[in-house]
Amino acid sequence: MFGNLPITTLQELWWILASVVGSLFLFLTFVQGGQTLLWQLGKNETEKSLIINSIGRKWELTFTTLVLFGGALFAAFPKFYATSFGGAYWVWIAILFTFVIQAVSFEYRKKPDNLFGSKVYEAFLFVNGAVGILLIGAAVGTFFTGANFILNEYNLVKWTTPLRGLEAAGNFFNLSLGLFLVFNSRVLGALYLLNNIDFAGMDDFKGRMRDAVLSNFLAALPFLLVVLVSLLTMKGLDVDPASGHVQMVSFKYLKNLVALPHVLAILLVGLGLVIYAVYSARFQENDRGIWPAGLGTVLVGLAVFFTAGFNHTPFYPSLADPQSSLTIYNASSSHYTLTAMTYVALLIPVVLAYIAYVWHQMDKKKLEASEVEGAEASESY
Amino acid sequence: MLEQIDLSTVNWARAQFALTAMYHWIFVPLTLGLTFLCAFFETIYVKTGKEEWKQLTRFWMKLFGINFAIGVATGIILEFEFGTNWANYSWMVGDIFGAPLAIEGILAFFLEATFFAVMFFGWNRVSKGFHLFSTWMVAIGSNLSALWILVANGWMQFPTGMAFNPDTARFEMQNFFDVIFSPYAISKFTHATTSGFALSSFFIIAVSSYYLAKKRHVLMAKRSIAVAALFGLISSLLLAFTGDEAAFIDARHQPMKLAAMEGLWNGETRAPIVAFGLINGMKEPGDYNEPFVFAFKIPGLLSLLANRQADSFVPGINDLVFGNKEQGIVGAAEKIEKGRLAVKYLAEYKNAQKSGDLTGASTALSQFNKYRDYLGYGHLAQPKDAVPPVPLTFYSFHIMAAVGSAMILVFFLYLVFIARGTIEKNTWLYPVGIVFFILAFMAGEAGWVVAEVGRQPWAIQDLLPVTVARTDIPSSNVKLTFFMFLVTFTLLLVAEIRIMLKQIKIGPKEVN
Ligand code: HDD
Ligand code: HEM
Ligand code: HEM
Repeated sequence: MFGNLPITTLQELWWILASVVGSLFLFLTFVQGGQTLLWQLGKNETEKSLIINSIGRKWELTFTTLVLFGGALFAAFPKFYATSFGGAYWVWIAILFTFVIQAVSFEYRKKPDNLFGSKVYEAFLFVNGAVGILLIGAAVGTFFTGANFILNEYNLVKWTTPLRGLEAAGNFFNLSLGLFLVFNSRVLGALYLLNNIDFAGMDDFKGRMRDAVLSNFLAALPFLLVVLVSLLTMKGLDVDPASGHVQMVSFKYLKNLVALPHVLAILLVGLGLVIYAVYSARFQENDRGIWPAGLGTVLVGLAVFFTAGFNHTPFYPSLADPQSSLTIYNASSSHYTLTAMTYVALLIPVVLAYIAYVWHQMDKKKLEASEVEGAEASESY
Repeated sequence: MLEQIDLSTVNWARAQFALTAMYHWIFVPLTLGLTFLCAFFETIYVKTGKEEWKQLTRFWMKLFGINFAIGVATGIILEFEFGTNWANYSWMVGDIFGAPLAIEGILAFFLEATFFAVMFFGWNRVSKGFHLFSTWMVAIGSNLSALWILVANGWMQFPTGMAFNPDTARFEMQNFFDVIFSPYAISKFTHATTSGFALSSFFIIAVSSYYLAKKRHVLMAKRSIAVAALFGLISSLLLAFTGDEAAFIDARHQPMKLAAMEGLWNGETRAPIVAFGLINGMKEPGDYNEPFVFAFKIPGLLSLLANRQADSFVPGINDLVFGNKEQGIVGAAEKIEKGRLAVKYLAEYKNAQKSGDLTGASTALSQFNKYRDYLGYGHLAQPKDAVPPVPLTFYSFHIMAAVGSAMILVFFLYLVFIARGTIEKNTWLYPVGIVFFILAFMAGEAGWVVAEVGRQPWAIQDLLPVTVARTDIPSSNVKLTFFMFLVTFTLLLVAEIRIMLKQIKIGPKEVN
């Protein structure tokens, strides 16, 4: 069935699938957002425990989505995996490191004899939510601003800066994208908590949560504007599909959005949904804003990845040697592998279905303070 | 293809992979087995409806949760380390190797991650039946993740279902089913998971023995031992059986590894197993040094193990390096010569293509095709580079096999004493159980050393030496990350052990 599809179709399909996984990850960063809100919003142990236990039931899902994003890129676009991870060594190591310290923190924070004390584990969570997400944003930013690599005829990667990828965080666009993601994750975090926790008798706590939605959105706004304006005005590489020759053109990404009007539509709908969610959470006492905001974030993410990869655009432009730039066509696995993987991908809906079912079963009753303290709380974080 | 090889980058990258993988393997085997044991306990609870079994389940689950967090933390590094430290590997074999990793994410990790939350926080949120189902899903999910990663690792030991594509200069998949049903994949999966089951059974036995010695939680400890000893006995029998199978497969596809495992330098018919021995570390291929300072050998057993025939021939290291005409063995020396031709013709092919010389390209390609099977050998500097570190492989193998044989007896004794109700009279067995928990850890790590060090110098057996597989990066970077992970993982391990010990001290909740 899939074996008869032309390889370009499979390559495009896998770019879409990787984009979906990456965008779902951005939605699930509400966990990281909650982590950075912990000190600011949790004024006493009960409130802190509620925050930790609420997002703590989802942290693994976010983590696993990141792992799958990496795995999917490895399988479908191994040349990107090899070039970026091997080349931009230090950004990726730094990102991974923040996830290592995150993974143990939920479980160990409150346990007796935990070596560091709970403050340190809370700091780990903060670092993961702030630095980890910032650097992920910077890394995604290089899909537009490019990276410093050269590939030889055996496709071995040579990196041309000694910072090995950390230089990405010094670029204004990348940094803005990173900061936007950090504040957006905090908006999502506050929205998620608003929906997930039973605030009975804690109106003050709930009010702080609502305020955090708006204030973090306002903090995200300038960075979003920088990203959008830069994106619409910046130059970019363009591949001639016939010759494979790469050249710099002005307003490349604006041209992409014009050429791909449905991507532009996705972007606008996504932004609209986020704005609506923030407004209704703050001003209309709506507790369920996480859903429109989450969907909005996924749509914005998809638009970003599609703009980076489609319309003859190298999704990993090389600053050192434009001809080395990676496109979804030259960086992919073979026809055979993409076909086999596509069969496996048929199971993705099943996976999404059981995740949704379990999510619903676990969250239909809101998290109460009695569950995180006292006798019944022996398994809580 | 490689202008200059920075060996220290390669070696630091190897050290780093070994470090992170061996840390991962401290936690993973416990996950593989404890999830099943928790599922057994909970099943008994649901069947009998007895509150004590529920508390017992919850107690072991809590210990499992402490272990799980750090297992995940070490895993994520490994997943990306193929890219960061082995970039060339990732490109050259990513077509085949990436797929099982991605499938692992889709089919296994999400099962674990999703149902894990139910297992811990769902006691009062979902029905009894659904909770039990979730516990089983976590057990199946974690063992499925073992399956897929071991398919990937099995393929590194025995690359199959693929072909080299000279145009892209990489290996490409030809048959997915050959990859997932390769004998190595099956043998690795069955052997590694059963080793996790045995280890986890010892974990439960060790903690329970401690309670029995302290006369605390006696009933709960006895119940736990009953289930764990039975599971452990079955697992350890399967473990020995699949271990034997692993060696049999090595004899077919990685004869050099097998020779190193037994310190066999010159091939023999009726080749012996060295029951125990002290290796002469000075010995090199082709010299006349004695291989052992002393050795106690059982004749014919290696031939039996390797070929299921006591009088069959098993090639030694020297045969595999220099060749053995009589037995029809082509040595590494000859393969290296052919491999260098393959490398040369591949370069000629590439150059001819670049300059648009079509006839030149096609002659170079047909020459290349004659030698293509030896391409990997073309990157070895000298024949003796094909030999893995013999003492490390030898000792690791012997530790593993000795512990594996002895553990069967220990499980058996626990089971007999529990069944007869005499466990509390045989207090001498408690320290044995605790020591075997530690020995089982050592055996598992040793097993991986056999598998991975015994594969040297290859990252992909016969195709891709580690020197070619690496990332082009100054070694100072890799060195720094090595120490970064060493410090972090060690601190986290210390934290884990302290938390675990504290929870064991606190003990399970007793039902009155
Ligand atoms: C509790 C741990 C444990 C125990 C007691 C044993 N094993 Fe093992 N062994 C492993 C844990 C392990 C492992 C960690 O799971 C390995 C590493 C790679 C693999 O797939 O499994 C392994 C690998 C491994 C290999 C290398 C496979 C390869 O080439 O990749 C062989 C030949 C054996 N084993 C053989 C045995 C024999 C004959 C045993 C005697 C009973 C034995 N093992 C007990
Ligand atoms: C978790 C259990 C594992 C342990 C304890 C382990 C152990 C080791 C050790 C000791 C080395 C160093 C060998 C040397 O360089 O001399 C190594 C290398 C390596 N292993 Fe493993 N390994 C494990 C699982 C795996 C798996 C599942 C894979 C692949 C899917 C893998 C892939 C590699 C690679 C790529 C290297 C580096 C290249 C090389 O030295 O061959 N390992 N591992
Ligand atoms: C060297 C190759 C390996 C890589 C790249 C790798 C990767 C990973 C990753 C990324 C995770 C975290 C998954 C999550 O998000 O939950 C993980 C956890 C896990 N891995 Fe590995 N792994 C390797 C070796 C192994 C081996 C050899 C086994 C078993 C035979 C194994 C079994 C597991 C299990 C059961 C978990 C669940 C967490 C836990 O340890 O408790 N892995 N691994």
